[in-house]
Amino acid sequence: MSELNTQLSDAEKINLAGTKAKGQRPYFLADKQTEQALSVAMTLAMELSVTKERLASLECLLVDKGLIAKGELDHYQPSKEEVAKRSVDTQAYLARVLRIMQQDKEELEANDPDMQSVQDELTKSEY
Amino acid sequence: MSNSSALPSWDVLTKHNVFPVANHDEVARLNFLTHLNVHLSSQILPGVKTAYETQVKPEIVAETGEEPSSRHQVRQHMLNNGYFQMWSALRRNTMEMRHQAARAQVLGQIENIVDKVDKACHNDANLQLDDNVVVPPNVAMVDIHCQPGCYYQEYFENDVTVAASYDLGLFVTTAGLLGALSDGGGQGIANWLKTQHPDFKPKRILDIGCTVGHNALPLAEHFPDAQVIAVDVARPSLRYAHARAKSLGLNNIQFVQANAEDLSQYADGSFDLITTSMFLHELSHQAMPKILKNINRLLADGGLNLHLEQPQYAGMDVYQQFIRDWDTYFNNEPYWGPMHELDLKQVFADCGFDPQDMFDVGVVSKVDEKIFGKPKSEGEDYGRSPVWNALGLWKGKNAKISEKVA
Ligand SMILES: C[S@@+](CC[C@H](N)C(=O)[O-])C[C@H]1O[C@@H](n2cnc3c(N)ncnc32)[C@H](O)[C@@H]1O
Repeated sequence: MSELNTQLSDAEKINLAGTKAKGQRPYFLADKQTEQALSVAMTLAMELSVTKERLASLECLLVDKGLIAKGELDHYQPSKEEVAKRSVDTQAYLARVLRIMQQDKEELEANDPDMQSVQDELTKSEY
Repeated sequence: MSNSSALPSWDVLTKHNVFPVANHDEVARLNFLTHLNVHLSSQILPGVKTAYETQVKPEIVAETGEEPSSRHQVRQHMLNNGYFQMWSALRRNTMEMRHQAARAQVLGQIENIVDKVDKACHNDANLQLDDNVVVPPNVAMVDIHCQPGCYYQEYFENDVTVAASYDLGLFVTTAGLLGALSDGGGQGIANWLKTQHPDFKPKRILDIGCTVGHNALPLAEHFPDAQVIAVDVARPSLRYAHARAKSLGLNNIQFVQANAEDLSQYADGSFDLITTSMFLHELSHQAMPKILKNINRLLADGGLNLHLEQPQYAGMDVYQQFIRDWDTYFNNEPYWGPMHELDLKQVFADCGFDPQDMFDVGVVSKVDEKIFGKPKSEGEDYGRSPVWNALGLWKGKNAKISEKVA
């Protein structure tokens, strides 16, 4: 490693990597938050692509080292128990990704009180 | 998928000594962003044209009774179009992702890069810095093409983060078309001179607004007996440029920190070739005439002046103009539009050049075999050879002979 001390901490470097370019940022979608959510989704898409590549590299390394045969992963047949476990995992995964829709549905059914009315209720009497 | 549709990997770029290294995931990230850019321009952008033809243009015609007449009118209407909004949001965001990816990669190894740059710059007459040079407003007002820190910011003493991330990130928006050293423009000029003007042997060459020297180096390489002076205002870019050139084995190029609005240190007629690459569109109405007058003063009689740029808007239909103008408003390139609608011949004439000396020509850089592999047959280039638009003039020579593309 270099002797040079940039005086930048890890946190500062992370912050600098993502810093904003000078000049007002245009937003194109009707709703700014929707565009911000799109931005988050695109970064996740990138990270997923990176992960897929990493797995592909790992597979190549395993083949190169003779630990698995080429194509073995593609033809891998999980056992019955493994299939069942994965099904549950996939259900949990989807539930995590789409949690907001589950909770919105629950709220539609629950008729939940809003915080102001709860607060009003809790502060009804003189203290 | 057929072989020829696969895009090259970022990893084929030439790794000069100060080029940022990349680990597995960093390469994957840059390749993803390259693919995303290509997808946006080849798969989604055509839909923007369709949205214009089928939705926005009829709207304008219904409203005004006339065909759209300016790119500004088209833009105002397109900003309400959902397809355009989504494409723009994605494009802007992809640009920002590119900068973050490149900067994170560079900052993770900045100590090493700065170490090497420091060593290359130590006591070397081929680097001339000048602390009195002030970054002019056309560079300082916004961070051009959304690159945080633009070309000139230093986050600590002798930092070169912005230069290194510019160098590694260009590939992402051009998918290898600029070549393994991102120098396609300069290669194009060299190639054109070699084939069309083999007898032209400049002794002194000036490249203005060189940034990290991408397009100046092919000239130094092509004219080994010439002295190349490359100027810019941006200190970190020049320091990085110098280290980069040195590691590529080029010693006949000097990087000088100077504002091109004032080049009084150089004598009248002291250069036979003066070039700029993708420079004019980052100036201002104030800076442009000052710089052109300097070029006129510094260029020797019979010397060549060449400016690489995208084509001017004149003669293009309004949709073309509008879409080319996207960067002006949405990618921090505020002078792109104003410069592309100038009558450049008139501007040059106003700065003392003889309009009769001027010509337009396309220069072509060869497809880089290091990136795309050897062509299977003579002349095959998969349509990849980028043609660079050049505005040129032979001083006092009345360029009557029409210049040919090469
Ligand atoms: C788009 S970059 C040029 C890219 C470079 N020529 C290449 O081909 O890779 C524009 C450069 O012009 C420089 N610049 C802008 N105004 C300038 C001026 N008045 N004098 C010197 N350099 C200037 C900026 O600092 C920036 O590095």
